[in-house]
Amino acid sequence: MNKLQNFTKGFFKENPVLILALGLCPALAVTTSIENGLGMGMASTAVLIGSSTIISMLKKFIPSNIRIPIFIVIIATFVTIIDLTLQAFIPSLSESLGLFIPLIVVNCIILGRAEAFASKKSVLNSMIDAAGMGIGFTIALVLISAVREFAGTGALLGFPLFQLMGIEGFKGSIMMILPPGGFLTMGLILGFMQWNKIRKAKNTGGK
Amino acid sequence: MDFSHLIVIAVSSIFINNFVLGRFLGICPFIGVSKKLDSALGMGMAVIFVMTLASTVTFLIQTYVLVPFELEYLRTIAFILVIASLVQFIEMFMKKNMPSLYQSLGVFLPLITTNCAVLGVAILNIDDIAMIGQHFNFIESVWNGFTAGIGFTIALLLMAGIRERLELADVPESLKGTPITFISASLIAVAFLGFSGMSIM
Repeated sequence: MNKLQNFTKGFFKENPVLILALGLCPALAVTTSIENGLGMGMASTAVLIGSSTIISMLKKFIPSNIRIPIFIVIIATFVTIIDLTLQAFIPSLSESLGLFIPLIVVNCIILGRAEAFASKKSVLNSMIDAAGMGIGFTIALVLISAVREFAGTGALLGFPLFQLMGIEGFKGSIMMILPPGGFLTMGLILGFMQWNKIRKAKNTGGK
Repeated sequence: MDFSHLIVIAVSSIFINNFVLGRFLGICPFIGVSKKLDSALGMGMAVIFVMTLASTVTFLIQTYVLVPFELEYLRTIAFILVIASLVQFIEMFMKKNMPSLYQSLGVFLPLITTNCAVLGVAILNIDDIAMIGQHFNFIESVWNGFTAGIGFTIALLLMAGIRERLELADVPESLKGTPITFISASLIAVAFLGFSGMSIM
């Protein structure tokens, strides 16, 4: 597998949220607006790249029996760094993500990549893999949050689209911002992916 | 020690802010282990047990280690290490004393470590002041861990019951499996949304 494939496989083909169904908690909890989704995606990507790099560097020194606790400590270190950085420089984002920033520690994507990739491959490849997976996670979060923000408030990235088009009376469905909307959006997106897969399989089978 | 606080916490963590359906904590086991009622029950019991113990231990660590030595910024690292070792201990205990339950839970027991509900309840115990208007004391924290675990189990059992019926239902092909599970979860969440109108303070 060359480096470019390694980088882009996380975007769609092995997208951590939409295909592998990992990291679902943040994917549903913070995706009430694109801003939050993007912030969460970037924070997780930063943690993912940092921890994958360090773990890949230290892979010869980590005894395999106690590797999981060591991975968790390394990941938690980066999460603490990101947490304090956000609190200092982007306090509004830190406030709206709240509990879910320390919970990046238990995001299965990060531990999963550490176990499956970074602890075996070279430093450069691990960084590329982490960056690709992080971007894939961000894509999924932005996709979910775009659907929810649009259906819930009629806005995208805070721009009220309907008002701009001259439709004044539009009111979003508040349910999409609340928890049920998260589950519903996720279910429909996964359903769409499955429909697409079935359709492709039928097309190639017919030929 | 105000007894009414305990009731407020119980109603709040089980119904109003249900961990799975209201706060989105612990979605992975909620989707992963909810295929059968008995394994869902086992998982729920394990989570109640771990969450209660984790609340106890992390509260003590926060109060007697992190705060006196001004190490609050190490909270995430300290809590996750404590929870990881706790889960390891429970796994060893279960393997020896309840092998049948251990077999049915299989791969998901180690995953309790990476279950955000457990770390989430530990952090909420320290941070959350909205629920009763002040910080939790020791008993309230333990109680919050216990009731949040019950809330998780209720959500898991509801989901498992629905999924056992869904096995027999005629679901459109593209929604089979995970998608229909999420959509059912959405409908349960709508029902739980009704509790958010409740105010008991």
